[in-house]
Amino acid sequence: MRVVVDLTKCEGYAQCAFLAPEAFRMVGDEALMFDPAPPDELQDKVLRAAAACPVQALQVDMADLPTPPPRAAVADGDDRLRREGRIVIVGASLAGLKAAEQLRADGFAGTLTMIGDEALEPYDRPPLSKQVQTGWAASADTSLPRRRDIGADWKLGVAATGLDLERNVVSLADGQEVGFDRLLIATGVRARPWFVPEEAGLDGVFTIRTRADAAGLRERLAAGPRRVLVIGSGFTGSEMASVCAELDIPVTVAEAGPAPLAGALGGVIGRIAAGIMREHGVDLRTEVRVESLQGEDGKLRRAVLSDGTTIEVDVAVVALGGIRNVEWLHDSGLAVGVWGVACDAGCRAFDANGLVTDDVFVAGDVARQPQPMFGYQFLAMEHWGNSVTQAEVAAHNMISTKTERWPHLEVSAFWSLQFGNNIKSVGVPPIADQIAITQGSVEKRQFVAAYGYKGRVVGAVSWNQGKWLDFYQQLIEQAAPFPPPYHLTDPPADGTPVPAEFPAMTYPGRDATVVVTGHDPSERRATLVRAARRR
Amino acid sequence: MTQPTLYDQILDFANRADPWPLYEQLRTRPVWAEEDGTFVVSRYRDIYALMHDPRLSSDPNNLLPEFADKLPPAEGPGGMAPAFIRTDPPRHDVLRRTVMRQFGPPHRPDRIDKLTPKLSAVVAELIDKIAGKPEADLVDEVAYPFPVAVISELLGVPAEDQATFGGWVDPIVNALTRPTPEQLQERNDAMQQLSHYMLELAQRRRTQPGDDMISGFVTDDGPDGRLEGGDLLSTLILLLIAGHETTVNLITNGWLTLQRHPDQLQRLRTEPRFAIRMVEELLRYEPSVHILPLRTAVDDIEIGDATVRKGHPIAVMLASGNRDAECIPDADRFDPDRPDNVHLSFAGGIHYCLGAPLARLEAQIALTQLAKRLQNPRLVADPPPYRPSPILRGPIHLRIAYDAVLPA
Repeated sequence: MRVVVDLTKCEGYAQCAFLAPEAFRMVGDEALMFDPAPPDELQDKVLRAAAACPVQALQVDMADLPTPPPRAAVADGDDRLRREGRIVIVGASLAGLKAAEQLRADGFAGTLTMIGDEALEPYDRPPLSKQVQTGWAASADTSLPRRRDIGADWKLGVAATGLDLERNVVSLADGQEVGFDRLLIATGVRARPWFVPEEAGLDGVFTIRTRADAAGLRERLAAGPRRVLVIGSGFTGSEMASVCAELDIPVTVAEAGPAPLAGALGGVIGRIAAGIMREHGVDLRTEVRVESLQGEDGKLRRAVLSDGTTIEVDVAVVALGGIRNVEWLHDSGLAVGVWGVACDAGCRAFDANGLVTDDVFVAGDVARQPQPMFGYQFLAMEHWGNSVTQAEVAAHNMISTKTERWPHLEVSAFWSLQFGNNIKSVGVPPIADQIAITQGSVEKRQFVAAYGYKGRVVGAVSWNQGKWLDFYQQLIEQAAPFPPPYHLTDPPADGTPVPAEFPAMTYPGRDATVVVTGHDPSERRATLVRAARRR
Repeated sequence: MTQPTLYDQILDFANRADPWPLYEQLRTRPVWAEEDGTFVVSRYRDIYALMHDPRLSSDPNNLLPEFADKLPPAEGPGGMAPAFIRTDPPRHDVLRRTVMRQFGPPHRPDRIDKLTPKLSAVVAELIDKIAGKPEADLVDEVAYPFPVAVISELLGVPAEDQATFGGWVDPIVNALTRPTPEQLQERNDAMQQLSHYMLELAQRRRTQPGDDMISGFVTDDGPDGRLEGGDLLSTLILLLIAGHETTVNLITNGWLTLQRHPDQLQRLRTEPRFAIRMVEELLRYEPSVHILPLRTAVDDIEIGDATVRKGHPIAVMLASGNRDAECIPDADRFDPDRPDNVHLSFAGGIHYCLGAPLARLEAQIALTQLAKRLQNPRLVADPPPYRPSPILRGPIHLRIAYDAVLPA
């Protein structure tokens, strides 16, 4: 069977873990681990678990469903696009698959082409840094379940290399061209490699983004390395440190900033995360950079750190965030760069002039979209749930008329499971100036904190208290005052707002160099100039 | 005499068989303020939001004195130690975690799963017993003894004592909303006898522990400590009552619904795994618990253009929310094929029903076996007579006739 749990929705009710304990396990009070490919003999139990999920977060493959999904509405007779249009989705991952399913659910009956550079059907990435590394699930078993038949022409293992918007054609690495009436760009992000290529090439140095990365790393961890070095302590780095602690592998975390998770959740929460890491025996070093990775016979042996120490390590996990996969669009005339692909709230891509296109859409980690709730800033939300909701909105809009289009206004949310703690967040904490504990006890690691910006609630984070986050999502949607002016059950010992301690927000688009040509307004055109070409 | 309000009419026993039109009228307004100070909330989205709202409280100490004084003594301040259902965090979380430690994941992940063969065996035996007769009362002969046997097994209550419970549990349940003085007296007497029995049993388990939950409560030194004294007693009584009354209703309401939808009853006989979705829809369509009656708020809560006042009682109308057509298409239709069935029948948020997985399994197993074994079953009376409680709502008897009972 194939299973995926939408852990953004999951509130930790544990119904699945009760009813199919072989396939679903609770960690602590509310965090869930699942086997993405439970054996077929568990079918009864897994279907029982799926039906019982109080928030319907557990998805199984349609092949295992007792009744097929409802038939899509038949396209209107005069709607040529829905009936016989050509839609191309570049990026055969979570966002790509969800968009395809939504297109078919909305009644799209034309041809659908799915293009992916990996020779693999869409798979789920969160397990790769969690249950795959602890050895409970195999990286090869993370294929996403299909909720409906998408009837696509799959072109897998062949990367898209270019986009010609005059002819509406995507060109592929093997020389093929695929024409489209509507295009969805969902090429996502790849792991940022270690800066020094010779060092990155040492045996034992890993990034973790793909199935192949995860399989290689798991093999090394299973072999029992002397010590693992984790470079960077965002969510991936922190989860990897947690995995090592769970596997009793000595682990050092080198973090250039003041604390783990500080970029996503701020320094106040970062200090709590740092305390937990150290309690679990992690050698956490903050304000420390890795100066060099050194090897012998091509194998990683040690790392030199900026604190003057040298540590003996067999494995290094480079967890320094991602690079958006936009190179194939450099000559397309779209507004793409290190910031990703900019689009409007309806997921339509902007061209280099800042004009919105009508037939090119964007979704997932590569998209950067204005967020009306957060000062209309263009934000990239690299979260699982965002990929799903954005893909569904993009798909809907691709085949809808102007008046039927939806804005993508979901409040962003994410989760992380580390050191037995379930951390969930809603909103956009990094834009906050203040944070206040609103419920529970930080000491007991059971609390909720709200984030405020200029007296308005803009985010919240919960530690093992995820069932309250819906309330905070509403506060964000209602632009409620910060700190929230309510008496709540389980008030904290000290709810005074304090600075949230985020690193200064930088807007990656600021570095774009644009040249404008032409004199008459009808002739004025903007062209993005790329650093590589200027040299 | 003032005109009875909708809420009065819902509580009125005369409307027990068909409260649904009253719920529909309730949903025309987000909040109804009753003369006695109670606020009634009945729409799906509002209920869902309330159950995730940290201003909502289950602790009777947060009721204003004028309302707290009207509660049955043990429900009000200063009574018996409140069970986790009557507490807020952080106390709630500690108590619930201590109970969960003996009941399910992460500490006892397969306790309920491992119970499945036992559940089937108990039901099979109960159905065997009605085989020689042309008629049976599904409540007294299957739906009631089944969960009693199961909760007793889980807790470690000896089989020979199980019959005694029924006499204690009913008066306690009947006194949950607006009890008469006589009902209150009966309830208090029952509570006293039940308490005495349970404490004695716990004492026995302390010295002779088994693999049951009570033994776990009194011997297992988990991170939150043992369950002792008043906490132990109130927890045991809660588990006993909740473990009985709700499942009885789920099975009898379920059978009643199936008899009223013969096509679905037939599918239960022939389609493998149909029971899984059917029970989920049954929970939505005919929930065992219709009302959460004793919530309050620690601050004013705005719902729509109304304000639920701090310290007042709040009646959360779960069953009404389940039929809210604003959120659930074709809500009055019993449709086991409904995709993404997200109902409110086990509540939500931190007080989500602890026994939900057990209730689901019990109903799936009991209804499937009944469907497969009873030949040409039919209701003797429709509607059947109902229990007094508007909260735990279900038939008090469900007489059925049948041509024969097939062997298991």
